[in-house]
Formats: sequence, structure tokens, C-alpha cells
Amino acid sequence: MSEINLRINGSTHTVDVPPMKRLLDVLREDLKLTGAKEGCGEGECGSCSVLIAGSGEQAELVNSCLVPVLQAEGVEITTIEGLAPGCLSKTDGAAKLHPIQRCFLEHGGAQCGICTPGMILATHHLLAKHPRPRLEEIQEGLAGNLCRCTGYMRIFEAVQQAAKAAK
Amino acid sequence: MRSNVVEYDLIAPASLPATLALLGENPGRYTPIAGGTELMVALSAGRLAQKSLLSLHKLRELRFIDVLPEMVTIGAGATFTDLRRHAVIAADFPLLAQAASWTGSIANQNRGTLGGNIVNASPAADSPPALLAYDARVTLVSVRGARTIAYTDFHVSYKKTVLAPDELLFSITLPRRFGAHRSYIRKVGTRNAQAISKIALAGVALISEGKIAEIALGAASLREVPTRCTAAEQVLRGQMISSGTIGGLIASARAALAGEARPIDDIRSTAKYRAAVAGNLLEEFLRQLV
Repeated sequence: MSEINLRINGSTHTVDVPPMKRLLDVLREDLKLTGAKEGCGEGECGSCSVLIAGSGEQAELVNSCLVPVLQAEGVEITTIEGLAPGCLSKTDGAAKLHPIQRCFLEHGGAQCGICTPGMILATHHLLAKHPRPRLEEIQEGLAGNLCRCTGYMRIFEAVQQAAKAAK
Repeated sequence: MRSNVVEYDLIAPASLPATLALLGENPGRYTPIAGGTELMVALSAGRLAQKSLLSLHKLRELRFIDVLPEMVTIGAGATFTDLRRHAVIAADFPLLAQAASWTGSIANQNRGTLGGNIVNASPAADSPPALLAYDARVTLVSVRGARTIAYTDFHVSYKKTVLAPDELLFSITLPRRFGAHRSYIRKVGTRNAQAISKIALAGVALISEGKIAEIALGAASLREVPTRCTAAEQVLRGQMISSGTIGGLIASARAALAGEARPIDDIRSTAKYRAAVAGNLLEEFLRQLV
């Protein structure tokens, strides 16, 4: 076991876990942050996506099922829970959604919800790099995030709306 | 069956010298892990045999792209995203930039490294055909020192390389001499995004006074290791290429390629399909040269 300090959504957490434990499992089991989901467990589906930023670096999208937790020490990790913390409020949460979340909601970009946290974070990463993405850039940016419900068209529309909303 | 993660150890030395010292003192004990896009899949699937791992992920000494007038040297820890974002790679080595763009998803490109792609030694890996076409050299380091060899000598047999148990792949060097060359790369997979290739071919050729003065062809999934297609290169080198000669050139190049190809049947494709499509890709490249 290793004592590891993690910076997640702006807070520091200390966990005592095996160093090869997947970041996904530490998030879900040790820290009860169950927004990141396990779909395939092999980096194909993107439902475990989180954002990771080294010091002074731009946040990068990664599959948390492929990150040994030891390698996540000392970086800033953003999970879906950290994107718009106010939205977890039971009273006025809906008003505090991140614009990307609101666009997914309004355009039918979320159905069963398993892929949605990853889709939202992948969209966040995409829009940071391409504020006004072309359709091909959206398709490439989300190619690592599989959705079995929507057929993707409504997700693409939600991303385009989110880009306009952020303008 | 999921692996029992408690059985695994992972250490992260703070520097390259510390890493090499550990490997030197315990040759063969530690398996290096960089971005984890290969080994963590094995862990999840319960088939990661190595129990002691050594993280290279935060070694800044391995993550660089050095540009000199005659060559570009890429640290083994450079990610596919690093390659895609580098202006000189895009300008001078478009085949490598293209290969980086179709290696997994964006999330995998953010973690996966060029060194890992090479050392993992899959015959279907995405970057080797481009590196082979560009005459890459690789530098290996250990506490005993450094050695630089042609990348064509790196892969010995299926998943076996010349890396000694105490050695790490340090860097990959590409000569900047392909500005006048024509180039070609195509990956054939089940779908456009995130597919492992059934067959892939990368090529560069220099046409001078109507002749193929130089040609280099690198292929994936054609043999048990990523391979140069030396027989096909040999029949093409020095030949006149024009609308009059192209038919004969294609026939002889396809025959030579068929002679050196040793594709296999597996879950992704068949030997017959791979051999036929490799010939088609070579033909497509040659027709673009006329």
C-alpha cells in the first residue's frame, strides 16, 4: 500500500491504496466519486474520462481506467463532480449546471447517462482546444467516447450549442 | 477475471539515472510503464504477468522533441499528442503525424507514448511503419552506457526486441532529408476511429529524372514484426516510372511484396486479405508517383 495525495476538484485527498490501483477505482471506491463510470475497462469507451493537468499545463482528457493511481499524484484532477459543483444542490442545482451540461440536457444529448460524464468532460476538453469546432473536430474529439443510446447526432448538436453558449 | 491489484507493486524513481540504476541492480525484475495504455488494459483483463512495475510517466528526461538542422530526436516519453502538436513533425514527417492521429482516441493519445508503442512491439502498432519509412534510429540507455542502432534492427521476432533487461528505449532519431520525397500512408482497419489495423503501409519515394531514385516502405501486420518491405523496394529502386512503365512496375512490385509477406489469420483479419490489401496499398502509392 502507498499513501498517495490526490488533488481532485480543488481539494486534497489522502488515500492509502495499492499504487497500481486504477484511478477510476480510487475515485469510485475510496472517494465515492461515482460520476466516472466503468464501461469497457480497456480505454475504448471513454465513460471513465477525467481531466488531468500537470503544473502549468493545459488539462488533458484521460481514461481513468488506464491510469495507475500513483501516476496521478501531484496533478490537478477534474471529475464530472467538479465541473459545476453547485449543480449537486437539491434545491437549485439545475440552475447551476455548467453550460455544456445544460446543452446536453436541452438537446437530448444524454439518455441513459452512462456515457454522459465522459462526454461532457471530452466536450470540455474539445472546446478548450477548439472553441468553435467544425463537425469533424467534434467527431474526432468525441471518438473515444461511445454512446449506445443517442446515435450521436443529438450529442453533436449539444456540443455545437455549447460552443455558441460559451461565445 | 480482474487482477488482484494488491499483488502489484509500482515505484516511480524521480530521475532517469535513478531509474537506470534500479534496472541495472535488478535486471529483468521491473517492467517499465509509461502512459499505461497497453499494460493497464492487461491489468484490467487479469493478464498482466509482471508484478513489479516501474513508472516512467513523470521522467521529464524522456519527454522531449529536439530539433536540429539535420535531424529530429524524439524522447521515448513523448506522447502522440506531443507529436501531433509539433510543427516540425507535421512539416517534415507527415507520415508520423498522421500515424499519431489515428493511434487510439484523443484520451489515449494524451497518455500513450512513442516509446511505449515501439517497445510494446506489436506487429500491428501504428507508428512503426512511418518510423521505418523514415530510416529511424533508436537510442537505448542503461547504466552501462548508450547505444544507437537502426530501428530496422530493433525487432527480433514476435514481441521480442534487442532491449537488454537493464535497458530503456531513450529516443528515436529521424533524419530531416525527406523534403523532396513523395510520401504515402494508409491504415486499413474495421472502422475509421480507434481500430487496430488489419494492415498498414507507409512509404517515401524520391523521383529524380523520371526514375525512382529512393524508395522505403514500412508495413504493419505484414510479418511477425513491423517490417521494411526490402524485396519490393529492391525491384522498384532505380526503375523509370511513367504511364508507360507503371503497369509492369506494379506487377513486379506486387509479386516481390507477396514473396516477402508473411501475414497471419487472426481475430482481426485473414492472411489472404492482408496479403491482397498490402499489394493494393503498394499499387495505390505507385500510381500516385506517376
